[in-house]
Amino acid sequence: MSGHVSPKSLYYSIFGALMVLTAITVFAAYVNLGNLNAPVALAIATFKATLVVLFFMHVKYSSRLTKLVVATSLFFLVILLGEMMMDYASRGMGVVLPALQ
Amino acid sequence: MSNAVAHAEAHGHAEHHTALQHHFETMQQQKEASTLGMWVFLLTEVLFFGGLFMAYLLYRTWYFEAFAEASRTIAIAPGAINTAVLIGSSLTMALGVRAAQTNQRTATVRWLIATIFLGLVFLGVKVYEYADKFEHHHVPGANFISESPWAAQEQIFFSLYFTMTGLHALHMIVGVAIMSVITWMAAKGRFDEHYYTPVEMAGLYWHFVDLVWIYLFPLLYLVERHN
Repeated sequence: MSGHVSPKSLYYSIFGALMVLTAITVFAAYVNLGNLNAPVALAIATFKATLVVLFFMHVKYSSRLTKLVVATSLFFLVILLGEMMMDYASRGMGVVLPALQ
Repeated sequence: MSNAVAHAEAHGHAEHHTALQHHFETMQQQKEASTLGMWVFLLTEVLFFGGLFMAYLLYRTWYFEAFAEASRTIAIAPGAINTAVLIGSSLTMALGVRAAQTNQRTATVRWLIATIFLGLVFLGVKVYEYADKFEHHHVPGANFISESPWAAQEQIFFSLYFTMTGLHALHMIVGVAIMSVITWMAAKGRFDEHYYTPVEMAGLYWHFVDLVWIYLFPLLYLVERHN
């Protein structure tokens, strides 16, 4: 009735993981990874976001309908970012991905 | 047969939780509806911030050198501290929801107050950072000063910096207001292990604001720091 109750230890573990990942983000920013600095920072941020969504926001224990809405928000965000960038790139408006230079 | 009896028979039980609205069958169904509605709202928030991330992505691609230069003028320490503060507030929020789920009124109120406190610390650090920007003439507009050849493009970065962190801070202020009401409701004993939906929904909002910051921190503070 009262829904899924996560143990306190889980929340403390997630908190610890998020803090460690934040430290890694700052550390990684000072290391020259070439074109990979931004992808690494975003990958860590996405991993952190996933932890927050699944455990702090209880999506792991939510209904399939809620999971669908969460997935839908990501789907439209990808359309927003992806299609817009493709549009600019295909019009030759100065968008050159670092890897293609 | 009176309506009340017919109603009770239709449900197969006579007693309802006082928080159960008449158009829902069960507490579970009511909570599910709230959760779905909250996530649909958060979906619109994702796309609301998404537009700004889109602008950031495009201008960063166009004026990468300027973005790197402008980002390097921002002190990392306050941003890193604020990231830790916000993650900490998500922890206290999650523990607050858990306390509500397990019907611990005092603990719920304490965790929520801790969440509000951390939210205010975040905003305080933000005020300090903004004041610093004004002092160093890093605010786009007539008083903007930069030695770099990309001064105009740097102003685009700072415009995005102020818009994105400003909108985020506005969400924090709203969050603190919501949390204050929820704390008051919790203190009045409005929640128990069968009904804590407002605490959980306020928590979803709070965690979402944390999510936005998780992306803002590396994108605004940590561009090309290794040079």
